[in-house]
Amino acid sequence: MTIPSKTSRRDFMKVAAAATGGLFLGFNWAGAEAGPLSLVSKASIAAGDINFNSYLSIASDGIITIFSPNPELGQNIKTSFPMIVAEELDADWSKVKVIQAALDTKKFERQLTGGSGAIPHSWERLRKAGATARHMLVETAAKKWSTSASSLTTSDSMVIHPDGRKLSYGELATDAATLAVPADVKLKDRKDFKLIGKAIKNVDNKDIITGKPLFGLDFYREGMLYAMVQRPSGFGMKIKSVDAAAAKAMPGIVDVVTFRNNVAVVGKSTWEVNKARKVLKVEYEAESQIESTADHDKLFKELLDKGEATVRRQDGDVDAAFKSAAKIVRSEYQCPFLPHAPLEPMNFFAHVREDGVELVGPCQLPDSSRNEVAKVLGIAPEKITLELTRLGGGFGRRLKSDYVVEAAEVSSLMKAPVKLIWTREDDMTGGSYRPAVRYRFEAALDKDNNLIGYKLRGVGINAGNCTREDNFPSGAVDNLLIDSVEHKSPITTGAWRAPITNFLAFAEQSFIDEVALAANMDPVQFRLNLLDRAKQKPVGAIKYDIDRMKAVIQLAAEKSNWGKNKNVSQGFSVYFSHRSYVAQVAEVEMKKGAPELKKIIAAADCGIVVNLSGAYQQVRGGVVDGLGHAMYSRLTFKDGAADQKNFNSYRLIRMKEIPEIDVHFVDNGIDPTGLGEPALPPTGGAVANAFFKATGKRLKNQPFVLQDEMKGVNLGEKM
Amino acid sequence: MAKYKLDINGKTYEADVASDTPLLWVLRDNFGLLGAKYGCGIGQCGACTVHLNGVAVKSCSLPVSAIGSKKVVTIEGLSADGEHPVQLAWDEKDVAQCGYCQAGQIMTAVALLNKNPKPSEDQIATAMNGNICRCGTYHRIREAVLLASTKMK
Ligand code: FES
Ligand code: FES
Repeated sequence: MTIPSKTSRRDFMKVAAAATGGLFLGFNWAGAEAGPLSLVSKASIAAGDINFNSYLSIASDGIITIFSPNPELGQNIKTSFPMIVAEELDADWSKVKVIQAALDTKKFERQLTGGSGAIPHSWERLRKAGATARHMLVETAAKKWSTSASSLTTSDSMVIHPDGRKLSYGELATDAATLAVPADVKLKDRKDFKLIGKAIKNVDNKDIITGKPLFGLDFYREGMLYAMVQRPSGFGMKIKSVDAAAAKAMPGIVDVVTFRNNVAVVGKSTWEVNKARKVLKVEYEAESQIESTADHDKLFKELLDKGEATVRRQDGDVDAAFKSAAKIVRSEYQCPFLPHAPLEPMNFFAHVREDGVELVGPCQLPDSSRNEVAKVLGIAPEKITLELTRLGGGFGRRLKSDYVVEAAEVSSLMKAPVKLIWTREDDMTGGSYRPAVRYRFEAALDKDNNLIGYKLRGVGINAGNCTREDNFPSGAVDNLLIDSVEHKSPITTGAWRAPITNFLAFAEQSFIDEVALAANMDPVQFRLNLLDRAKQKPVGAIKYDIDRMKAVIQLAAEKSNWGKNKNVSQGFSVYFSHRSYVAQVAEVEMKKGAPELKKIIAAADCGIVVNLSGAYQQVRGGVVDGLGHAMYSRLTFKDGAADQKNFNSYRLIRMKEIPEIDVHFVDNGIDPTGLGEPALPPTGGAVANAFFKATGKRLKNQPFVLQDEMKGVNLGEKM
Repeated sequence: MAKYKLDINGKTYEADVASDTPLLWVLRDNFGLLGAKYGCGIGQCGACTVHLNGVAVKSCSLPVSAIGSKKVVTIEGLSADGEHPVQLAWDEKDVAQCGYCQAGQIMTAVALLNKNPKPSEDQIATAMNGNICRCGTYHRIREAVLLASTKMK
C-alpha cells in the first residue's frame, strides 16, 4: 500500500541530523488530520517552536526514542503507540524507549485521553513515520553498498544485504538524516507484521511493580504546601459563614483561605491538613433547589409521561404502527448516579508565580485544564506549563479540570507551591457523576411477530441527549420515535467511561430480549433478522456497520456454543460504541437451586488488534467494570448531598466476584477502531438476560443487588 | 507531636509527628517512600498495603504510635530492583493497567505466599479481596499469584 503525501498541508514530517549524530524525524501523530511529513533539529525540539508534534530519534548507539503525547491512564497508549512506529521501522523493540511528553498545543493537536479515539486517530501517521525512517535508512545503506535499495531487507534495527552483510540503524542514522524526506512510502502488508497483533508488555511495568512515584499524588516539590478544600455540603448550597479559628490553630496549618464556594486548609502535611479541615466550622444555605434521590424517582415517572421531549429521530409513523399492532411490549429501566472513583483521587500541583504558572498532575484534557486556569487567573495560557504524570485511572473524571483550577487558585492565594489533594470522600461527594437516567421502551409487533414500531424515551438528570438515536435497532424498523427529556439539576454530571451507553446498552439489550421473547424468537436470531432487514431495506440513516455487527454476533454465538449447552442459562447482548463492536454471552448456572454467574464470553471487533496483551486487558477490564457497576454500585442523594462517601458504603467489584471471562477478536484487517470503552456497555444486558433465562426474573434497574428480583441471591460471589 | 523511630526496610527512620498520624502519611510525607498509595484512608481498598512483621496491613489505618519496634516493609524494600518472584510474575503476566493499586496488590500477594506458598484460586481470592483494582485487572492478578507460587522458594 502506498499513501500519497498530501501537499496541501504544512509538512507532516521533517528530518535532521542531531549535533551529536543520529537522526531526528519529526512528525505529527496527533494532528487533526494525517498530513505530509516535517524537519527537525535538536535545537528546535528543545525550543519547541516548530510544527511537528512528536519525534522519533535514532541515536548512533542504536537507541530509538519515541515521544508519546497522550495522557496514560491504563489504556496502555504509551506502549501501543510506539509499537506501531516500531513495526514499520522494523526496530529492535528492546532498544525502543518511550518518553511522556508535556502539554504542548503547538505540537499536539489531540493530546488527550477520551472517547477511545487515540489509536484510530493516529494509526496511519504513526505507521508512515516509522516507514519513512526505515526508507531513509535503507536508502543510506544502498548508497554505502552501491546497490539498489529494493534488494535490501530490514529486521531488528538492521539493514540486511542479500549477501548477508548488515548495517545497524545506529550506524546509518547520521547519514540518513542528510537525505530528503521521501514523499511516498510503502507501508507493510499486514501479513508481514512482527509486533502489531503480538502481546507486548507495558513499557512502565518495572516502575509500577517497584512502586516508583509515577502518579500525581506522588509528585513532590521542596517547599510545597498541602491543601484540602472544604466544598459545599450538598449540591445547591452556598457558604453562609466560615469560622476557621480552630482550624488555623491546629498544628502544621499555614492558613485557611476562602474562595468562591470553597474553603481551603493549607498546611505542611496531608494528615495535619486533613485533621484541621475536620474542625472547620462552615455554615451553608440553599442557593438553588436542593434535590434528593426520592425526588428524582418521582420526577422520572412524571417526565416520562409529561416531559417536554426533544425528538432525536423519527422514521415512518409510530402512532399508526402501534394502533395496528397485534402485540405491544413496554418496559422501563433505571440507573443511579455513579462517581468515577478512580483509585487515585483527584489531585494537582500548582505553582503560581509572578512570571508564570507551573502545573503538574494527572488530567485527561491538559489543554482545557490549562485554558481554564488561564481564564480563572486572568493570565495568558502561554504563561502556563503543564506536565503530565501517569493517571491512577480516569474513567472520564479527569476530563474535567475543576481540581486543576482549585490547585491554581489556592497556590495563587497562598503565593506558594501547593499540592491539592482530594480525599476519597471529596471524590465521591464532589460531583461530575454519571447521570441517573430512566428509559421507557415500547415495541409493536404485527400478527406475524415482525417488529413494526419502536419507541424510546429517555429522561436524564443533566444527561443532555441520553439516547443514541442512530444506534441499532434504528434503521431496521419502519416506524420509530426516539426522544429525550432533560431535567436540570444542581448535581453535576460528566462523561463516565462509555458515556450514556454504559447504561443505555443494558436497557436496550434487555428490552430487545423481551421483544424477542414476545415474538417467540431466539434472541440471537432475532437480532440477526433485524440486521438483515436493515441491510435489505434500510430505514433512514444507518450509522453502524451492519456486517461488522453481524460478524461479532456470530463470533460470540459460535464461541459460546449459543443455545447448545443445556446446563447453563445464556444471555446475549451486543453493542456498537466508539467505532467498535462487542457482543457478549453471559452464562448463569444453577448451583444448589441458586443462580451463579460463571462466565462471560466477549467477542470484539476493534479492527486490527495492535497489542494483544493490552487489548485483552481492555476487554476483560471493561467487562469487569460493566459487571461491577451494574451489579453493585450506586450513589444516592439526600438533601443535595451524596449518601455514599467511601468504599465502605459504595461498593466496587472485588476479586471474589469476578466470573471467568473469555475474549475473542474478529480478524478482519480493518484499521483499528478503539477499545478503551466498547467492551463495557454490553455486559449488564448479557448478565441480566442470562439471569432472566435462569430464574424468569427480569432485572430492570441497577444496581442489581438492590433489586427485589435478587433478594436472597448471590449471583456474583462464588465463595 | 512526638518522635518516632521506625524500622522500615531494614533502615531506621525518624519522624516528629502527631501520634495519630497513619503510617501511610508518615511513609509518604515524611520519608518520601511513595510506593504505598492512598485510595480510601479507611482500610477498604488496600492501595496502602505494607508488611508489619511480615503481615499485610493497611497502612492508612495504622497510627504511627502503634508500630513500636515492629518491622515495616514497603514495596521499596521488597527487592533491590524488582526481582522478587511476585514482582517478576506481575511483569510476566503484564498485570497493570493504570497501575495505581498494584504496589498494594503485590504486598498482599507476597504476604499470602509467605504464609501459604501454594494457595488455591479460592484462597487467593479470599486473601486478595481487600484490594480493589478499579481497572479490573483481577484475572491477571490471580494468574500472577499462581505463577509466583510456582517460583517462590
Ligand atoms: S488507602 Fe488504605 S485501604 Fe485504602
Ligand atoms: S491497575 Fe488501575 S486500579 Fe488497579
